Amino acid sequence: MSRVSLFVTCIVDQLFPKVGIAMAEVLERAGFEVDFPEEQTCCGQPAFNTGYRAETRDVARHFLRVFRDAEYIVIPSGSCTGMIEQHYPELFKKDPVWLEQVNRIRPRIWEFTKFLTEVAGVEDVGARFERVVTFHDSCHALRQLGIKDGPRRLLANVRGLTLREMTPAEECCGFGGTFAVKFPDLSTAMAKAKVDAIAATGAEYVVGVDASCLMQIQGALSRARLPIRTIHIAEVLAQR
Amino acid sequence: MPEAYEQAIGAALSDEKLQSAVYSSTARLMNKRKEVVAAGVLPDYQELREQARAIKKHTLDNLDYYLEQFEARVTANGGRVIWARDGDDVVDFLTGLAKEKGSRRVVKSKSMTTEEIELNGRLEREHLEVVETDLGEYILQLAHQRPYHIVAPALHLTRYDVADLFADKLGVEREVEIEKQTMIARRVLREKFLAADIGISGGNFLVADSGAVVICTNEGNGRLATTLPKIHVAIAGIEKVIPRAQDLPTFLKLLGRSATGQPLTVYTSFLAGPRREREADGPEEFYAVLLDNGRTKLLADRAKRESLYCIRCGSCLNHCPVYRKIGGHSYPWVYSGPIGAVITPQYQGLLHDAWLPFASSLCGACAEVCPVKIDLPKLLLALRSEIVKSRAAGKGTTLERLAFRAWSWVMRHPGVYEMLGSAASAIAGDGGIPAPFRRGPLGAWLKGRDLPAIPQRSFRQMWRARKGS
Repeated sequence: MSRVSLFVTCIVDQLFPKVGIAMAEVLERAGFEVDFPEEQTCCGQPAFNTGYRAETRDVARHFLRVFRDAEYIVIPSGSCTGMIEQHYPELFKKDPVWLEQVNRIRPRIWEFTKFLTEVAGVEDVGARFERVVTFHDSCHALRQLGIKDGPRRLLANVRGLTLREMTPAEECCGFGGTFAVKFPDLSTAMAKAKVDAIAATGAEYVVGVDASCLMQIQGALSRARLPIRTIHIAEVLAQR
Repeated sequence: MPEAYEQAIGAALSDEKLQSAVYSSTARLMNKRKEVVAAGVLPDYQELREQARAIKKHTLDNLDYYLEQFEARVTANGGRVIWARDGDDVVDFLTGLAKEKGSRRVVKSKSMTTEEIELNGRLEREHLEVVETDLGEYILQLAHQRPYHIVAPALHLTRYDVADLFADKLGVEREVEIEKQTMIARRVLREKFLAADIGISGGNFLVADSGAVVICTNEGNGRLATTLPKIHVAIAGIEKVIPRAQDLPTFLKLLGRSATGQPLTVYTSFLAGPRREREADGPEEFYAVLLDNGRTKLLADRAKRESLYCIRCGSCLNHCPVYRKIGGHSYPWVYSGPIGAVITPQYQGLLHDAWLPFASSLCGACAEVCPVKIDLPKLLLALRSEIVKSRAAGKGTTLERLAFRAWSWVMRHPGVYEMLGSAASAIAGDGGIPAPFRRGPLGAWLKGRDLPAIPQRSFRQMWRARKGS
């Protein structure tokens, strides 16, 4: 039995703990031994995207130490996975010792749905969720990791679930990390465009692979007093 | 962010008519592009992008060689190359030329490079008459506005806006039909073409092995502007050179498709020197002005050199959720959208428009459609880091830097991290976040969005309980 180490991300740890629990349950049902290295915190993306590379490197080294011996590292976020997979090499390009650590860990880093479909080879996790949902393609999952069909195949096998695609599903929700608070009006305007697309589908739930995008969308949905809820795909897949 | 831009962005966001004009125009361009790059229509689209990028990389890595080759070929064709350090050099050359030839009337075809150096206003101050002949550019010249978009300069205006403008500026009857508006412009511009002494064009590509300037246009005005007047002056950035004529198809297949969803632009003109004997038309004199204006500074920066690969198709603007919201006039320079955010600070100085590279959610839609595969998000991130560094060098430690230092320390001390998380959760409690905390970043968030309910226990606390049970 393979061992899977969860990197739940700081946002799930602090704000959406149920997403992490749901992910653990799905992975255990799929036959994996799941552990949670307790020293973990954040991947460093907030500082990196704001331009603070030295501060990011310190946090990245901490991550690399914590997960040094993990067999698989599974993450409920395309964005944090992309950060480690695609930006860590850039961060440590002048530091051969840590670059080697990065290159050792990169093949073991997996976004949750990609891990299910590509490593575990599971598309039907035995879930049941009798709801009408729409799916938001998170930008980094889609464009950095090529995640498009995987989550949809997983959803297609959820009993009772109806997927109604929004147009366009691939347009950014406007979160963008510190962008969301540096340019609040712009970020909110982008979220509103997304909310309009969601509302047009008539779905009860918006499903996504990134808690941060879902927080942005939920924030705009509830401000607009719409009854639609966001839900992380791990929580959908954990429903029975 | 300077207040002027904050206001411009705020005004754009709250202008519903503008929002719908920009949103629908860009959506149309996106859809048309998608149709013509689809695998069934253009199976080698991705290979073409790779190839175009490789050609640009090779050319810019050997730019001196190809520029000199281009100059030699232009000279052999009977034309002349003018090397211009900046806009002043271009204006000096053109005013000198006009004086020498006794010319006063200039017609122009569309060129972003001349917009970049604000050529029209500067020539007018030298008492030359300059008339834009591209319909969109002509509309903007009448409206005294700068281009809203690299490819579609008047994208933000509706036909009703144009009807008002023509009635006001040209003294014609208010006409809302686009075909009839075109005929009005055509009538006015035809006279200008026939009377002009000098025709100015841009250059989409400068072909080194043949000394040809290639321009891609849709309205035919480019051909008139470059062949009717006795003198043709093409003005292009030095990065526009490509090695060989046989490299052109790669770019031509990508440019029209990426820009407007056309397999090719309606006109692709090859302009190589003055009229030769037995040729029916063409100018008597041909000049190619090669403009630096900061490009060599970008060239010297290997990490960001790819900023110069841009072929100005405008596709990144159309696909950018930020551009589609704030529009072209919220940007500080003539180049808007993701490519504008990347090149403006590099040309104008890093701290001049320092907010610009931060005004992006880094969604990556731009890089996905860029025909020369410029990694725009990577460049934005690099610029953010450089801006933060150079701010620190200038003003010392900022509050933001202190915050990120503290954050970084906390993230390396899981015990402290957990304690702070619990404290925040306790403060938020059942009644939500208390008023004194609803400021700064949190206040910014709450301006237009609600926050999720803060859970009582973090994941790690739930995990421990789960393990213990």
